[in-house]
Amino acid sequence: MNPKITVAVASRILRQLKRDHRTVALMLVVPCVLITLLWWMYVDREAVFDRVGGPLLALFPFIVMFLVTSVTTLSERTSGTLERLLAMPMGRLDFLCGYAIAFGLVAVVQSMLVAGLAVGVLGLDVRGSVITLGLVAIVDALLGTALGLFVSAFARTEFQAVQFMPALVIPQLLLCGLFIPRDGLPQVLEWVSDALPMSYAVDAMNIVTRSTDWTGNLTKDLAIVAAWTFGALALGAVTLRRRTA
Amino acid sequence: MMKKDVGGVIRVTGLRVARSGRTVLDGLDLVLNAVEVTGLLGPSGCGKSTLLRSLVGVQQVQAGQVQVLGEPAGSASTRAQVGYVTQTPSVYDNLTVAENLRFFAAVLGAPHGDVDRVLSQVDLGNEATHLVSALSGGQRNRVSLAVALLGQPTVLVLDEPTVGLDPVLRRDLWGLFHCLAADGAAVVVSSHVMDEAERCDRLLLMREGQLIADETPAGLLARTGTADVEDAFLQLVEQRTPLTRSQS
Repeated sequence: MNPKITVAVASRILRQLKRDHRTVALMLVVPCVLITLLWWMYVDREAVFDRVGGPLLALFPFIVMFLVTSVTTLSERTSGTLERLLAMPMGRLDFLCGYAIAFGLVAVVQSMLVAGLAVGVLGLDVRGSVITLGLVAIVDALLGTALGLFVSAFARTEFQAVQFMPALVIPQLLLCGLFIPRDGLPQVLEWVSDALPMSYAVDAMNIVTRSTDWTGNLTKDLAIVAAWTFGALALGAVTLRRRTA
Repeated sequence: MMKKDVGGVIRVTGLRVARSGRTVLDGLDLVLNAVEVTGLLGPSGCGKSTLLRSLVGVQQVQAGQVQVLGEPAGSASTRAQVGYVTQTPSVYDNLTVAENLRFFAAVLGAPHGDVDRVLSQVDLGNEATHLVSALSGGQRNRVSLAVALLGQPTVLVLDEPTVGLDPVLRRDLWGLFHCLAADGAAVVVSSHVMDEAERCDRLLLMREGQLIADETPAGLLARTGTADVEDAFLQLVEQRTPLTRSQS
């Protein structure tokens, strides 16, 4: 791995993104609109907003980064630029880490905006520190990026890539504890929920919103999400093949 | 072991490649030399791109060997030494020409002045600040070519780099290929347009995964008794004139 190349990849992705005003607007504005919509729905039931708001702060960075990464990596695969890069002295980790850094930075901005709006304007009750909240959001975003990189290997078109979202993300969304507390799920589904990374992303965010301290459970949840992220990146690295058929 | 300074910059022996169950190349042998512009000509689908991809080391091969600068094709140590242009331009549409070149130069570790050098080599100095998406197809091809020239590679593998270019530009690019070869590079250029053949030092004619000729353009015309390469190709296909090699 070569840090210069990694940085070159990351700054190139950010430069491309800067040109794409519409995507940037969708990434930054849509989560803000959604959280405002949620606040409005529960404007007379603050407790519900407080309960659901936290998990959503975990879900937005995950979902947005999953989508953006899977589609951009796929276009890198189909346009021939990935093949060209792999024919150059670029390590696969340089490529993956470049993506992770670039989208990680975007996730920071996105999370700060949404969290700032939710806490500062809409009155979401967050007991933990804003820094911890930002950190959890970044880890969630990196998980989305890593999974997006991985699934892009299994899609041939952007249309297929987008379909991975309902296939892989929505089941996690249903089982992550947002609709029913995870321990209230039927036993088998609880086991499934225990195996899925988004459950831990949401658990971590719930701890931040409900507790002022950094707890051992928070460390454990973040460690599990990070382990999934590294696992997905490693699998993603396997799918970046220099030689193709 | 002393590294022998052999003419063969690229050595292909018994190369066999199958793509989606179809054999594209079956036992191909080839030696490519420095200081030479080799033209790989043949109809679409004859296996030109597959052969070039094998030289660069991005093609899965079933059997045989491809050695580039004494290492297996695609080795980490030789990757910076091989410039490769794919048939469709592989550059980023939403970056400017200069941004594309600066990015690839950073990946290659090429010196700073290289971007300006390759821009003038492909005659895109005036378009440096234009977005690639705003360029014509021919200009995009040249951006892709410029990327391959970064870092002054000793092997250049160019898959149809002159498609869609106007005749003046095409002539200039062939001039550039010969300059690069004169500086010591091995240059392989594929084309499905037979009239580009006479611009090469050496001609490889390919059909259905087989090399049916390997000699100088003049030698080919003399041997087949034809006036142009297109006729020579037809003659070879119809009369099955045995393959002769100008060099081994």
